[in-house]
Amino acid sequence: MVAELDDTDRKIVNSLQGGFPLVERPYAAAAAELGLSEEELIERLKRLVENGAASRFGPLYHVEKMGGSVMLAALAVPEERFDEVAELVNAHPEVAHNYKRTHEFNMWFVLASESEQRIDEVIGEIERETGLKVLRAPKEREYYIGFRVSA
Amino acid sequence: MKLKMDEKDRAIVAATQEGLPLVPDPWAEVARRAGLDKAEVLERLRAMSERGAIRRVGIVPNHYKLGWTANGMSVWDVPDELVDELGGKVGALSFVTHCYRRPRHLPEWPYNLFAMVHGRSRAEVEGKVAQIAQVLKPHVRDFDVLYSTRILKKAGLRIRPGGIRISHGPRPSPRV
Repeated sequence: MVAELDDTDRKIVNSLQGGFPLVERPYAAAAAELGLSEEELIERLKRLVENGAASRFGPLYHVEKMGGSVMLAALAVPEERFDEVAELVNAHPEVAHNYKRTHEFNMWFVLASESEQRIDEVIGEIERETGLKVLRAPKEREYYIGFRVSA
Repeated sequence: MKLKMDEKDRAIVAATQEGLPLVPDPWAEVARRAGLDKAEVLERLRAMSERGAIRRVGIVPNHYKLGWTANGMSVWDVPDELVDELGGKVGALSFVTHCYRRPRHLPEWPYNLFAMVHGRSRAEVEGKVAQIAQVLKPHVRDFDVLYSTRILKKAGLRIRPGGIRISHGPRPSPRV
């Protein structure tokens, strides 16, 4: 299950989670920083994507700054209704992620859409379909978002 | 500050959101896919990066595949007048991957500060949560850690010409 990495892979994962240069021949420039050849970096990145250690390699876009809208929301679902409610929630295309978590509010999902208004509508639909009240947890301020995962 | 993207930006996003081509000259390949010229692609990527529409460019790691299987959403009730100062301190901790202020909903939800923590085990997450508590004390009135126990849905966010779409490819839903 866990991807197998050697020391060079780890160095790549740990140091290339951001800062890929927006220049001509960027892999050559990034490889030089790591003491690798352009070809070796490209081959290793291909392998990291293939074995799943990396979901992808490229730009991570900021949805709100691209004109989209995102909201975290939660439901307190009675255990016996959990799978049924998960199905109702997941059926909405605006639901991007949904996790079961250890709390009375045991279902946490992220809604993403073109507009805040559409997100409000979907929350209304989810409340009608499930008969449960949705806890809205919009982001009011962001202190940090990043991935500093060490491999 | 220009926040909205135009059609050319959208074409670039559509051509890069699944990842950059892993070839020596990726910008030429992106330009071909987006129907633009290479200099314009590079210039627009730099502009999107400068205005924050691109958060970063690099490896998007998969926590689970790297062995980081414990995922704890720590939530804190701290005084509203201190939340921004405290949030800044928590966000600066190297192991916190996301940190936000969110509204309370009393009485059932008293927490106004969220900090996401990952670990190879719950014990490791607990150790990190203790470090957050250390930074926040004596201002913590209450806190909790919500561990994820199951991924119910994980779709990709996709920008298409004309709008944001969420893709619904079949994805595994591992119990974690």
